[in-house]
Amino acid sequence: MSEKQILNAEDIRRALVRIAHEIAERNEGIQELVLVGIRRRGVPLAERICATLADFEGQTVPVGHLDITLYRDDLSLRGPAPLVQKTSLPQNITGRTVVLVDDVLYTGRTVRAALDALADLGRPACIQLAVLIDRGHRELPVRADFVGKNVPTSRSERVDVRLHEVDGIPDEVVIGRPDQDEDQK
Amino acid sequence: MPHQTHTSHPPSPTARRRHVCDLDDFTREEIEEVLETADSMKEILSREIKQVPTLRGTTVINMFFEESTRTRISFELAARALSATVVNFTGRGSSVEKGESLIDTVRTIQALGANILVLRHSQAGVPYLVSHHFKGSVINAGDGCHAHPTQALLDLFTIQQKFDRIERLNVVIVGDILHSRVARSNLWGLTKMEANVTLCAPPTLLGPLPFWHASWPNVRLSSNLDECLDGADVVMALRLQKERQQAGLLPSLREYSRFFALTSERLAATSAHTLVMHPGPMNEGVEITPEVATSPQSVIEEQVTNGVAVRMALLYRLAGE
Repeated sequence: MSEKQILNAEDIRRALVRIAHEIAERNEGIQELVLVGIRRRGVPLAERICATLADFEGQTVPVGHLDITLYRDDLSLRGPAPLVQKTSLPQNITGRTVVLVDDVLYTGRTVRAALDALADLGRPACIQLAVLIDRGHRELPVRADFVGKNVPTSRSERVDVRLHEVDGIPDEVVIGRPDQDEDQK
Repeated sequence: MPHQTHTSHPPSPTARRRHVCDLDDFTREEIEEVLETADSMKEILSREIKQVPTLRGTTVINMFFEESTRTRISFELAARALSATVVNFTGRGSSVEKGESLIDTVRTIQALGANILVLRHSQAGVPYLVSHHFKGSVINAGDGCHAHPTQALLDLFTIQQKFDRIERLNVVIVGDILHSRVARSNLWGLTKMEANVTLCAPPTLLGPLPFWHASWPNVRLSSNLDECLDGADVVMALRLQKERQQAGLLPSLREYSRFFALTSERLAATSAHTLVMHPGPMNEGVEITPEVATSPQSVIEEQVTNGVAVRMALLYRLAGE
């Protein structure tokens, strides 16, 4: 697998600042907003967007963490059961505008699971989706409201988002391509 | 290259298991993973809608050949919270009374489409036997005097929630140790988590030291409860089955109570952080007084609540291919 960097730490920072501004613009302010990060890498992204919003709106938006493991549609296909982590939402989401935050939008199945999970936790007035990377190849009718970068990929490639909060290394987004001989196997 | 699903979740580091017969084949790592998962499950139970769709299409059969309130209801609630289909089966009123053998009953239940069999039986070893004749998973919900792994896991979970650790805690288990499946499974769990365990009972209900040391070399034995309570972080009282007195193992229940019951006076001698636990059902006035059972140090009701979360965690781990 060979890797190519497509976003560095500074690119990621700028993309998140733009997304934060778009969120505030689209919602005409941030009063009714709740940011919900999808575990794991959506959580630090949601927290960074929250910090940026606080900078220019002078107000802190609540941030929740959503674990969608129990809502996956592929549990039995995945071998050992993935670890279930905690969901914690700061308050009742009924009537609020929820912005779901994730690192990569791909098949749309994670978002489908997140929507199901949110429906069990309340009835938001509106749900929007913010992602750092949209790599295409949707298998469900899902689209993002806020996108950091659209990245055309093939299905055989991997997109890895690395964030210092989770991975302990400088932020970056890389595309991994299978090597030639690996492809022929 | 297989189709890559985008996920940022680490897979479970411990291999998938098929059956839960006792805790002897659990590693410390796997126990910690179950407790961590149980913590996430507990959050679900605190929601207004206490249900997630995870085990839709999975059939769980509760097969109880011995009476039970909390364990059976707890398993049923756990399975329902994960959206499994649950069927309860008791020996009474079934074809067992027409003479159907246990194995035939299990085969029948398998043919009816069961995926997970939760089994309680008065004979030790029955879950192991059944696991050889059942293609799905078997969970031992208590077999004779042998093991009760889900009770031990919920006890570990309750201790962990209170102290944030289990390692190095002083845990005293007092009561009919010799006949207790709860004590035995807890011994596996507590020693794997590196707690210091003391077993306390009258000599007739304690058994010889070599017997215990064969499996748990570091466990201590005592017949003096007051001594044991000094420095104890957790005291777990076991139910005294009244039949033991008829069997000649005890002079009288009153004498047993005088030396081994958890009373307010005894509790006053412990430190304020000492937890009082009991797996239930209690004989109030025999091994524990009602005041102690409802005192602020008692986590007996929390044990019951935590039982649902721990059983959800186990059902989740066993489900799937």
